Amino acid sequence: MFEGFMVDAWIVGSIVALVAGVVGFFAVLRGSAFAAHALPNGAFAGAAAASLIGVNVLLGLVVFAVGGALGIGVLGRRGRHDVATALALVAMLGLGALFISLSAAYAPQVYSLLFGEILGIAANEVLPTAALGLACVLVCIIIYRPLMLSSVLPEVGSSRGISTFAIELVFLVVLAIATAMTVPVVGSLLIFTLMIGAPAAARSLTDRPLAAVVLSSGLALLIVWVSIAASFQTDYPVGFFVGTLSAGSYVLGRLFSGFRGRRRRYLHRLALDPSPGAPSSGGIC
Amino acid sequence: MSAVLASLFASGFFSSEAVQIALGVGVIVAIVAAPVGVLTVIRRQSFAGHAFGDIGTAGASASFLVGLTPLWGLLLANLAGGAAMEGAGVERARSRDIATGIVLGAALSLAALFLYLDMTSTSTTGQTVTILFGSIFAIPTSTLPLAGGLGGVVLLVTLIFARPLLLSSVSPEIASAKGLPVRALSLLFLLTLGLAAALAAVTIGTILSTALLIGPAASALRLTKRPLSAVLLSALIGIFAIVVGIVLAYDSYRWPPGDRTWPVSFFVVMLVFAAYLLSGVPDLVRRRRQDSWSAAGGARSGAGQRSTGDDRSTGGQRSGAGQRARGHEPHHRGGAGPLGEMEA
Repeated sequence: MFEGFMVDAWIVGSIVALVAGVVGFFAVLRGSAFAAHALPNGAFAGAAAASLIGVNVLLGLVVFAVGGALGIGVLGRRGRHDVATALALVAMLGLGALFISLSAAYAPQVYSLLFGEILGIAANEVLPTAALGLACVLVCIIIYRPLMLSSVLPEVGSSRGISTFAIELVFLVVLAIATAMTVPVVGSLLIFTLMIGAPAAARSLTDRPLAAVVLSSGLALLIVWVSIAASFQTDYPVGFFVGTLSAGSYVLGRLFSGFRGRRRRYLHRLALDPSPGAPSSGGIC
Repeated sequence: MSAVLASLFASGFFSSEAVQIALGVGVIVAIVAAPVGVLTVIRRQSFAGHAFGDIGTAGASASFLVGLTPLWGLLLANLAGGAAMEGAGVERARSRDIATGIVLGAALSLAALFLYLDMTSTSTTGQTVTILFGSIFAIPTSTLPLAGGLGGVVLLVTLIFARPLLLSSVSPEIASAKGLPVRALSLLFLLTLGLAAALAAVTIGTILSTALLIGPAASALRLTKRPLSAVLLSALIGIFAIVVGIVLAYDSYRWPPGDRTWPVSFFVVMLVFAAYLLSGVPDLVRRRRQDSWSAAGGARSGAGQRSTGDDRSTGGQRSGAGQRARGHEPHHRGGAGPLGEMEA
């Protein structure tokens, strides 16, 4: 499981998980789950185009994902944001369908682009993935304060002279690059489960942003490691495990925060009502 | 004349049974998608509409596994998915996208497993592309009456509940103040959306079904604010995209690379996308004209107020023009009618 070709899979998988955890936290915070889903699908068209004209797949992924991000940003400025995202998404997927049918790619190849094939990662993909991942995290650190402010309180941000549109565009590009580098690992359809599931679970566990970022990266790392191991053992697609585990972690996080909220409300009620035998049913909440 | 027709329609277009079924199912889907799509855009649930496409992928791949018609799998999966999304809290605006995303992700991971099993258990490997990107020319004849029946159900439900659905979409607060069951209406809408998405997925594939559902409706709503005309316009755009897409795909056998047709879904999606871009043009032109108009009018009216005495008459006239221009502003910001107010 750790010999030769698998080492690259472990390294790339870990990089991808860390970046997904960091970038995904902001995606969840900004509520851009739909964009996080749309961009990898656009990247899929890029991969199909790259294999059609015979260039590096990663290049096609990045070019199309960034193009899609700019498209969503510009279209969403005028029209409704969700509609713009949906239409940019299907336009890129339609192109992808054309490229696939023109290049007559083998069906398994299409499948692995959509649902991931971590065992097929080549050694020469490790370095570009690491560089792109580092760039994404660095940009997130540099624009951390304005990004946080315009995500949580857009009105305050724009009154302080932070251009909401510029931040949105920069973030979409970061999201695009992060998803593009994830496509070869978990596939374009399932990246976003990793990007949404783990950070959403982390957010329901803690309210502090830094702790949530660390927690969500850790969760994503755990999910990817378990998935690679399980996929290696069972031969089932790695995307299946990543998707199921991410959704599962979100459900667990929600259950935990629900339990904590109930406990806090209960303690709060006890504090309000000095009598020890305070009624536990009915009441102020 | 016949030469033009021959260059437009490749030989055998009208006599082919596959084309006839494709046209029939396509037109049904375009009509059904119109009212549902308009409601989806008004409710800002494009993501849910797209999620149904992906959830349907799991259903369709499962039905391949057990040997059913894909439409049944799509239907069952989408109805279950609608209920799950409602249960996961789609209605609370803050967590709506996340809840949709989690349900969608879980469904997609199932789809990954089912497609993998499809590929390994049968000798054919084409299901991934067939399910995801559609194969309108390979629709079995039995699907036509089924699609017609289901489409009728969707149309009937939206027709019966048109007014409460529209009200609860435009303003949930007013609807609940009037005693309408907003929660039940939202579940009803999600189930209808699931049905319509399943129908759209049969024609242009699960992950592209969003195009037919959202695209024509969003274009129509940019052109008119009245719900009924939006529905009619959206149906027209949808039918146009489907029919022209089928014709072009049939013709594309004569295009490079020459030995195969281009996918129908590619043409349909691109036509829908072009319609959306074009539908923004009138608004853009109006906005630009009014911007320059109100800028010029505003400057002149300022001058008119400053000028006193000698040319009071022209000054008054000009400030009147300025007010008229300013009076137009709310019109182009929010649009007229009940939907415009909601959009602002």
